[in-house]
Amino acid sequence: MKGLRTVIEQDAEIAVNQRAAAGTYLMGLRSPEIAAEARPGQFVMIRMGQGMDPLLRRPFSICGVRDDLIFVVYRVVGRGTQILSGAREGDALAVLGPLGNGFRWFDKACPPVLVAGGMGVAPLLFLADSVAAGPSAFFVGFGSADQVVRPDALGVQGMGISIATDDGSAGHHGLVTELLENHLTGLTGNPGIVFACGPVPMLKAVAAITRKRGIPCQVSLEAAMACGLGACQGCAVRASSGQGRTYWHVCQDGPVFDVMGVDWGAL
Amino acid sequence: MAEHPDLRVSIGPLNRKNPVLTASGTFGYGREFSSLMDLNRLGGIVVKGVSLHPREGNSPPRIVETPCGMLNAIGLANVGLEAFLNEKLPWLRKLDTAVIVNIYGHSVEEYGAVAAGLRGAEGVSAIEVNISCPNVKEGGMAFGTDPKLSARVTGCVVKESDKPVIVKLSPNVTDIRKIAAAVEGAGADALTLINTLTGMAIDIENRIPVLANVSGGLSGPAIRPIAVYMVRQVVKSVRIPVIGVGGIMGYRDALEFLIAGARAIQVGTANFVHPQTALHIIDGLRGFCLDHGVSSIEEIIGTLREG
Repeated sequence: MKGLRTVIEQDAEIAVNQRAAAGTYLMGLRSPEIAAEARPGQFVMIRMGQGMDPLLRRPFSICGVRDDLIFVVYRVVGRGTQILSGAREGDALAVLGPLGNGFRWFDKACPPVLVAGGMGVAPLLFLADSVAAGPSAFFVGFGSADQVVRPDALGVQGMGISIATDDGSAGHHGLVTELLENHLTGLTGNPGIVFACGPVPMLKAVAAITRKRGIPCQVSLEAAMACGLGACQGCAVRASSGQGRTYWHVCQDGPVFDVMGVDWGAL
Repeated sequence: MAEHPDLRVSIGPLNRKNPVLTASGTFGYGREFSSLMDLNRLGGIVVKGVSLHPREGNSPPRIVETPCGMLNAIGLANVGLEAFLNEKLPWLRKLDTAVIVNIYGHSVEEYGAVAAGLRGAEGVSAIEVNISCPNVKEGGMAFGTDPKLSARVTGCVVKESDKPVIVKLSPNVTDIRKIAAAVEGAGADALTLINTLTGMAIDIENRIPVLANVSGGLSGPAIRPIAVYMVRQVVKSVRIPVIGVGGIMGYRDALEFLIAGARAIQVGTANFVHPQTALHIIDGLRGFCLDHGVSSIEEIIGTLREG
């Protein structure tokens, strides 16, 4: 039952809060309870401090679990993440999680293809790290070389990724979805399943590419949300026709969705 | 034997173990929070607004954070009366807390139909009538801002219902006392105030409203002083009990409402920020009473000393 899943709310010590790339930080929070429960694709809601402004928690995909620490990676984009970047190791932040449904993956014999844009690398790195044989391919797009977050900067050693940058300053000059398309075109065997997370335009392209080829694909979506528990109903995304409902809620029904279940035209 | 200090309150015909309720639309149907807290400790749960038919809600974006608050335009998404009775209520009624069902409709008759549909429903302690939601263009606002329409809706629900009727008022009016008086005159057992204040936020890069619905309801600590003032105004002008709500984040905020004369309080947006806020408030009220040598919370309610 959805309502009976284990969710933990606690003040967690900041064990790590360090720069991982330009404007990008890795945060490790000490929570043995959440670390024990977390699955790739799930997220946590973190308060930005103690005050009333900013008021609401922010959702972050879990990018990894090591011992009793959970990790998130974030880019400073607004006031909340600005405050977060100034938080000191040893301080505590209120954390709620793990929340939502992780990636669902049944044919473990066939390694997945992973596609990420920017901070979308977070849940996919957690997934890649949990696959014994590693992903068959891991494509990550960034704006420029200084923004590139490599797996080793997030504590995952020996994980190879193929990089694309918008300005060509690192890796492939162009879109990460071009790397995906080239990979699938050159493939002779079973491509397995594609997991993706990133900006909406990128996810739309991934959805179109996988759909055209009949390859199963799941995406992790982001939405403004207040509670993460299914109470506020703020995080609605439009469902595709035939789902028996107009909206999904990212926090409860997602954040991971089958591409076929989402109305991409409405996003 | 009453606990010491005694937090029990009566809200008209409704007797509660403590004055702390969770506000409609911020606590789902209770179950969403069940793994995080002991719901039996609550004075009551006001469930998400129930309409005659299921409602999917507004297009996203539906929420945006604002200074010390948030705007929402959820659009009263809910499972509808039938699914509430069959799927939500059986679980809720097992709790040792008051279940108050918030209802709304698009016409006077529809309000009446929902109230009638809840008649005899086991485990429902009271009905809270939403005449104030600012999000639904075809209803809500029109009822709550007009004393005559407010009275008509109230009268219809009172007639159709076999339970205590609480009416939740909108602050988006010139003089809330006029609506309160009209609703009292129509037979309401109690009032809840305030609902959200209508507001909007603008995306300056694209020069569009942030919310798809354009406007939304402002909630959170930003609105608390307005809520305290309106509660005080209404407490002085009606005889029926008032439940205070608006930006309560902790027990000190709750005490402002109780001292102003509210006989109970609801915790709303704070449930999103800290799911256990309502329980912390109960503990805080108990601690305050002990520290101040108060044996019953009744000794605090309505004790404001005005100039």
